[in-house]
Amino acid sequence: MTTSKPTKNVPPHPMDSLLRTERIPHIWCPGCGIGTVFSAVLAAIKNTGWDPNTIAMVSGIGCTGRMAGYIRLDSFHTTHGRALPFATGLKLARPQTKVIVVSGDGDLFAIGGNHFIHAARRNMDLTVICVNNLNYGMTGGQQAPSTPLGAKTTTSVNGSPEEPFNFSYLASACGATYVARWTAMQVRSLRSSISEALEKRGFSFVEVITPCPSSFGRRNRMGSALEMLKFYQGRSVIRGDIDPKDASMDIDKEIVVGKFVDIERPTFMDHYEKFNRPQMPQWRPLHPDTQKGR
Amino acid sequence: MNGDEACCEGALAVGCRFFAGYPITPATEIAESMSRRLPKLGGIFIQMEDEIASMAAILGASWGGVKSMTSTSGPGFSLMMENIGLGICTETPCVVCNVQRAGPSTGLPTAVGQGDMMQARWGSHGHYEIIALCPASPQEMFDMTIRAFNLSEYYRLPVIILADEVVGHMNERVIIPREDEIEIINRRKPSVSREDYLPYEADADGIAPMANCGDGYRIHVTGLTHDDRGYPAMNAHAQEQMVTRLVDKIRNNREKIISTKNFYLDDAEIVVVSYGISARSSMQAVRNARNEGIKAGFIKLETIWPFPEELIRSVAPQVKAMMMAEINGGQMVLELERCAHGACPVSLVSNYGGAILHPALIQSAIAKAARGKI
Repeated sequence: MTTSKPTKNVPPHPMDSLLRTERIPHIWCPGCGIGTVFSAVLAAIKNTGWDPNTIAMVSGIGCTGRMAGYIRLDSFHTTHGRALPFATGLKLARPQTKVIVVSGDGDLFAIGGNHFIHAARRNMDLTVICVNNLNYGMTGGQQAPSTPLGAKTTTSVNGSPEEPFNFSYLASACGATYVARWTAMQVRSLRSSISEALEKRGFSFVEVITPCPSSFGRRNRMGSALEMLKFYQGRSVIRGDIDPKDASMDIDKEIVVGKFVDIERPTFMDHYEKFNRPQMPQWRPLHPDTQKGR
Repeated sequence: MNGDEACCEGALAVGCRFFAGYPITPATEIAESMSRRLPKLGGIFIQMEDEIASMAAILGASWGGVKSMTSTSGPGFSLMMENIGLGICTETPCVVCNVQRAGPSTGLPTAVGQGDMMQARWGSHGHYEIIALCPASPQEMFDMTIRAFNLSEYYRLPVIILADEVVGHMNERVIIPREDEIEIINRRKPSVSREDYLPYEADADGIAPMANCGDGYRIHVTGLTHDDRGYPAMNAHAQEQMVTRLVDKIRNNREKIISTKNFYLDDAEIVVVSYGISARSSMQAVRNARNEGIKAGFIKLETIWPFPEELIRSVAPQVKAMMMAEINGGQMVLELERCAHGACPVSLVSNYGGAILHPALIQSAIAKAARGKI
């Protein structure tokens, strides 16, 4: 991995102010969908007009987890699966900060699955972006909780014997206030969904189906990155009005995309304040400035 | 109040305003006290889905600028190990109180043990130094929780309180000093601009000033091996530099960190070393031995890690025998042997947990050693 500074003749990128440019080039493979999601996240952040010092990014482990290392925000690259509980602590300690969690399908839903369902249940005020590339990319393409039944990976060479999760359905069932799914080809919709998710109070969730040409695509003979993108796009059906349980995620038949949930629900902090405030006449704001000696 | 409640009060007194935890005997009373007390002080109590999440949450809260802690016992402590490592690597101040019960596994949930001493030292993977304190009374639960926070804020690492079931559940009088009598140490903040700030560039004492999330420094924090910018650096040189600093900031300051109480060492021939609840049995045993004319001495370990190597090295050649009294199959006795380095015989007085060591057991070991039988 190199950390050289870009040479002088490279024209500035419009997102440079949000990038740790000294860390470029990044580690992602050619054709990987994470870059697309990353630029959609950057554009959505820019679009909010918020002071970057009031936004933080938390990630877990894996290819997507490396996003936190390239974004010029307060950024935390934590342990595998634990981005959500780390983000929960960060958000509760600094409620004035917008906390974005970015991670892959394996990180969020296999090793981190328990944290996901509880963070959504509590309606923790976090925005979660899940890059779903249908396998574990960083370790060379193993079976994940998203891997389609029968798909080949390095740990399921004859085909995965497991039924995958439907993450958007799971998120909505656990109480997320905003749920959307897009493929990496639908960049405009993706960008606007991430913007909406950022503005949403509560647990917002955006799932992005992305190509992993180096591992998943290669083992399942899906062709180049572009062919994979087109394949996912071709399989996708936009259904914004659909019940999330019917938003099927089946690469062999139909990838239902769109915004499935957009509701209001009190957050953990809303409830915490409501239940605790009446007990004490001199309520002090839940803010680190109340820290002694600070 | 009991030891668990005293731990909670100590934490609040030193400015802890975030607690994340999961119920587990015999540490539950710490979480319960926190859930009652924290909201009134403008703090947050959250019961997480497990101990893994609890440990992750207190790291997140600490980077949010709030002093944070969790409490647990053996099984939960095992689950916390990975994120304790993240706290070590990212140099995150926080406190973990392990009210020990007897293990392995579910063991004896309601009965005493001291079997997590080596787990506290080496439980997370990789090489690192740790600070762990061992209270022997509710008063020490209060005092040492304060010290644990101060050490964690100063040296920037998770500090572990290795209490035990008896100390946690025992009710004794606890004197809470006036607010202005409590020493409070807060993490050092950077004094340079964002452009000049290197998050892991240490000052002369080996400690790097810490910018919190939202301070405007736009830090990057990672559990990967990193350089002084905080950026991943995947090579042996960076690994050497990072781990050297993590280790040296504790090793080079161990005189300031280590705390023991020494009794009758001047003329002692048989020296008992102990900690936590076993230290109280040992103290009684040593006094009884003295009454019987045996020149017994006692070293009470208040910090377990780092271990007081220099003290043991200097005492060992001057005595006839040393012994460690502890409730496990012999963990800290290994350190005692290592540091005594053959200068005197070293023995173990112990049980495997479930009950405290009776002073008579230790006393007879002292008497035996005084007769030259060890």
